[in-house]
Amino acid sequence: MKAAYIHSERFLSYRFGKEHPFNPLRLELARSLMTDMGLLFPQEIILPRPASERLLRTVHSPQYVNIVKRLGQGEKMDASLFGLGTEDNPVFPDMHRAGSLVVGATIRACAAVARGLVLHAVNLAGGLHHAHRACASGFCIYNDISVGIRLLRRHYRMRVAYVDLDAHHGDGVQWEFYDDPDVLTLSIHENGRYLFPGSGGIHELGEGPGLGFSVNVPVEPFTDDESWIWCFDSVVPRVLSSFRPDIIVLQFGCDAHYLDPLSHLSLTSTAFIHAARSIHQLSHRLCAGRLVVLGGGGYDVFSVVPRIWTLLWAELSDRIPTPDTPPDWRARWRGISPLPLPVRLRDENTPKCQVPVFEVNRLTVARLLDSLHWL
Amino acid sequence: MLVADIMSTRVVTVNVSDSLCHALATLQKERIRHLPVLDGDRLAGILTDRDLRDMSPAVLREENIERLSKLRVGEVMKSPPITAHPLDPVEDAARLMYVHRIGCLPVVKEGALVGILTETDILRCLVELMGVSRPSSRLEVVVPDTPGHLASVASVIRDFGVNIISVITPASKKEGFRSLVFRIATIDPRQIKQAVTALGYEVIWPPDKR
Ligand SMILES: [Zn+2]
Repeated sequence: MKAAYIHSERFLSYRFGKEHPFNPLRLELARSLMTDMGLLFPQEIILPRPASERLLRTVHSPQYVNIVKRLGQGEKMDASLFGLGTEDNPVFPDMHRAGSLVVGATIRACAAVARGLVLHAVNLAGGLHHAHRACASGFCIYNDISVGIRLLRRHYRMRVAYVDLDAHHGDGVQWEFYDDPDVLTLSIHENGRYLFPGSGGIHELGEGPGLGFSVNVPVEPFTDDESWIWCFDSVVPRVLSSFRPDIIVLQFGCDAHYLDPLSHLSLTSTAFIHAARSIHQLSHRLCAGRLVVLGGGGYDVFSVVPRIWTLLWAELSDRIPTPDTPPDWRARWRGISPLPLPVRLRDENTPKCQVPVFEVNRLTVARLLDSLHWL
Repeated sequence: MLVADIMSTRVVTVNVSDSLCHALATLQKERIRHLPVLDGDRLAGILTDRDLRDMSPAVLREENIERLSKLRVGEVMKSPPITAHPLDPVEDAARLMYVHRIGCLPVVKEGALVGILTETDILRCLVELMGVSRPSSRLEVVVPDTPGHLASVASVIRDFGVNIISVITPASKKEGFRSLVFRIATIDPRQIKQAVTALGYEVIWPPDKR
């Protein structure tokens, strides 16, 4: 088996509430689309187990884990200093269990690839890149990515290249490995001046022995496919090739899509297909195909997320999808979607950027490459 | 913010009677550009790398090398120096440096040198003020330049239970208006934008999605 897909219906328990923008139903929409299109088969699906507390504590403080547990069991306290019980990260029942399952799924994916059971493993419930050591942030309670990378470092002794394509900067992962020269973090995101969390400038390059191993490409609001792909191509292959990783961990949030309500970027399926193909090929060229792919942002759960993640899975499993989504799939979800479900798998509209951002993005990339002495 | 909050308290100094060669070596060794000059424990002047550079072509010709080695710091330094007090507001100190076109201010309290403030300290301060210290989103609102509007926008943010990380209020390009630029501790400012718009204010950022 070439690629594995980690999935559990219990991922639906990671849910902040009815009106909350982070909606785990997108995982069911995506998985059912892949299945209905004949791109995903039962024997490719692996069930996750919750991560142990010992594993969580390789990244999170014992005090923080304890507070997540107690809040999830109904204890009342002010945990806003820990980023919990806030507008973004409200408390919900059994949140420790739900968060641990996401981490466990990423651990499953990392271990399956590291041990050579599969070449690629995908956990679209993962990618919770904003969680910090002792603070929830931006819908992320536990940082499954940091825990996974920690395991790859300590247990498998691998050099890890982490690539983050979410519209938001991958701050939690960057700060966790900021001084580590064996973990490269590379994030392409909307400039923090305009989008949460605000960090991710080109001057954030790592510290101490890790100097040069944090790389950030902040792109302008309204950046479209053409300019985004140019930035991606100018930085990602070059940085990954010279780092020479043993494994690549990819965060494939799709909130940079032009229809996403939370970012101001203007990408379409073209940019996402390009990025998936490029990283897929790089993994074969640089590290024998070892590639772990995680989800992330994506807040248009009906029109965008299922399509983009299906295209991602098709690329990794070397299958060619038909142009249209199956009528069965559309019928299945018609009842709960506010808009008609998309018929075409790929975007047909390509928004052209009205503001001259390409020049600014070019300058950003030139300045960044200037400061990466180790390339 | 006061000068005491952002100045460096580790100050490298030279003495009026030190040789110019010694001063030059000190600047190079410490990789700094400004040297307060002491006469006993009293601040007597300031010597900068620019003072040395400006005199170089004239002085550094071969026949002058001997003279240079005899030259004392007290003969070349700028005196009396322009100084700051630790309780001066940072903006006043910055204005002094800007108006006099100088790169540093020795900080003097009761006659004693207690620190040094350089343009680097001012720039770091600016970066921290304008920059983003904690995960947050940008919210930019244009309001009439009359009393009460900052408070009404802030109270909307408070009603959502969202923390304000920073706020700056530059003049707007629109005559009679002011911009309020907040960083607010949420990944999703859409509802706050909606509530602020409902009060009749123009929200510049985040923009509307098509
Ligand atoms: Zn995101």
